[in-house]
Amino acid sequence: MRVHRAVFARGLRRHSAYRVATLSGLLTNSVFGVINAMVLLALFAARPEINGYDARDAVTQVFVAQALLAVVAVMGPPLDLEERIRDGAVATDLLRPVPLQSWWLADDLGRAVYQLVFRAVPTFAVGALVFDLRLPDDPLRWVAVLTSFALAAVVAFGLRYLYALAGFWLTDTRGVWAVAGLLGPVAAGALLPLTLFPPAVADVLRLLPWASMVQVPAEVLLGKESLPGGTAAGGPALQVLWAAALLALGALVTSRATRRVVVQGG
Amino acid sequence: MAEPLRTRAPWPLRIYVRLAWTWCRALAQYPASLVLLTVFVSLGALAEMGAVVIVFGHAGELAGFGVAEGLLVYGLSATAFGCADMLMGSVERLGQHIRTGAFDTMLIRPVPPLVLLATDQFTPRRLGKIVPAAAVLVLALVRCDIDWTPARALMLPVLLVSSIALCCAVWTASACIQFVATDARQAANSLTYGGQALTEYPLAVYGREVVRSATFVLPLAFVSWQPALFLLGRPDPTGLPDALRLAPPVAALLMCAVAALCWRAGLRRYRSTGS
Repeated sequence: MRVHRAVFARGLRRHSAYRVATLSGLLTNSVFGVINAMVLLALFAARPEINGYDARDAVTQVFVAQALLAVVAVMGPPLDLEERIRDGAVATDLLRPVPLQSWWLADDLGRAVYQLVFRAVPTFAVGALVFDLRLPDDPLRWVAVLTSFALAAVVAFGLRYLYALAGFWLTDTRGVWAVAGLLGPVAAGALLPLTLFPPAVADVLRLLPWASMVQVPAEVLLGKESLPGGTAAGGPALQVLWAAALLALGALVTSRATRRVVVQGG
Repeated sequence: MAEPLRTRAPWPLRIYVRLAWTWCRALAQYPASLVLLTVFVSLGALAEMGAVVIVFGHAGELAGFGVAEGLLVYGLSATAFGCADMLMGSVERLGQHIRTGAFDTMLIRPVPPLVLLATDQFTPRRLGKIVPAAAVLVLALVRCDIDWTPARALMLPVLLVSSIALCCAVWTASACIQFVATDARQAANSLTYGGQALTEYPLAVYGREVVRSATFVLPLAFVSWQPALFLLGRPDPTGLPDALRLAPPVAALLMCAVAALCWRAGLRRYRSTGS
């Protein structure tokens, strides 16, 4: 556990070194948030309510999406592990007396916490300044929201870890990212709220792990009844299920993959 | 000996084509991977298009534009930005080249550094973005109620070339930020991909202030909004003069001049990172 804490802290510190990158990312998230929000405001001016969402709900989700994009890294960057699998440095990782998955989980959560504090919170604050967002009054709901954001980061790691492990078989994972980086944001509800999709498509996408990264946290914040079980607790419950399933699958694939690794001596 | 009197493309253009072709040949060594990646990229383009269709499907009309007119605006914007991404998109890696020192190598080669930078890792994969966008554009041009006068037919290629040039200029100018702040690649994206996101919808959707600033400050209105108004023969709903719709070539030239100035200024103040 102490090792993991140290890896987590290093991950956090490493990302805090790039301040200009953080600032310019914040600018990009805000610009995209404002553009998307204005399009949706125009849409909801034409139709005040669509599938249980009103203009305020939609604009709030836009900023939840922009805030979480850097935390869940749904469009990248990939884990550093990918490059290490490609160039063979993963052999060093495998020598460590710590499981590969939990090591990288600790590292990635360090990154996610940094992005949550310095990208997500300011982005959301910009949204709240420019637009009238729907913010819950109940402090308990805020606890649920924070839990849901944290779980979103774990689910996101679970997916990105699996993308990275594909490198053991494919060597080059750019193809995996070409698909995941483009279809991930759609399935997550970051391109448009899933609510706007045809209901049959939305119902399927809602249950997939990508929805746990943006759509579910947004609905927890908005207190929507479309969450599993119809309550705010249903969202985090679904996320826990996906996080557990993805981490278990990750562990299984890790053991398969490491049996294939041949390290050249020397 | 006098130079042989032959008309040849200017030297930077020829070297651009040759370098781009070199990268294409390198990528063609893995044809399956190239084809698959291109298909995936076009899936992403289709997803974006799907979002436009969903928004117009719910709204019926936005700023007086129906689905067909909305797709015309989307097609113009996505084609222009897609082409610019393929031609000049690599310049956004300037900061990375500066950090690793690769930019110094580019400066000592007997080729204009901008050409080297723009062709670095040139990939025909970006056609995956352009082909669906162009297909939508053609479809929208057929479906929309356009009065095809000779003037309109002749202006269409002019408008397309202007908007591609304008987008290339936006890409280059915004990459120059990285001369000052090496890590600011994402800030450039707010202008490039942000510009694309902005121009994918009829500009009037965003209200008067945005239309004014996208016309007179950063002339993104000339990528898709003014060309669409020209083709459809509609008055500007925000009340700007109709003459503006003939201005895209002027806006493109101005933006290219600004980009050239930014590039020169950036190159002059560049002091390498040392080794």
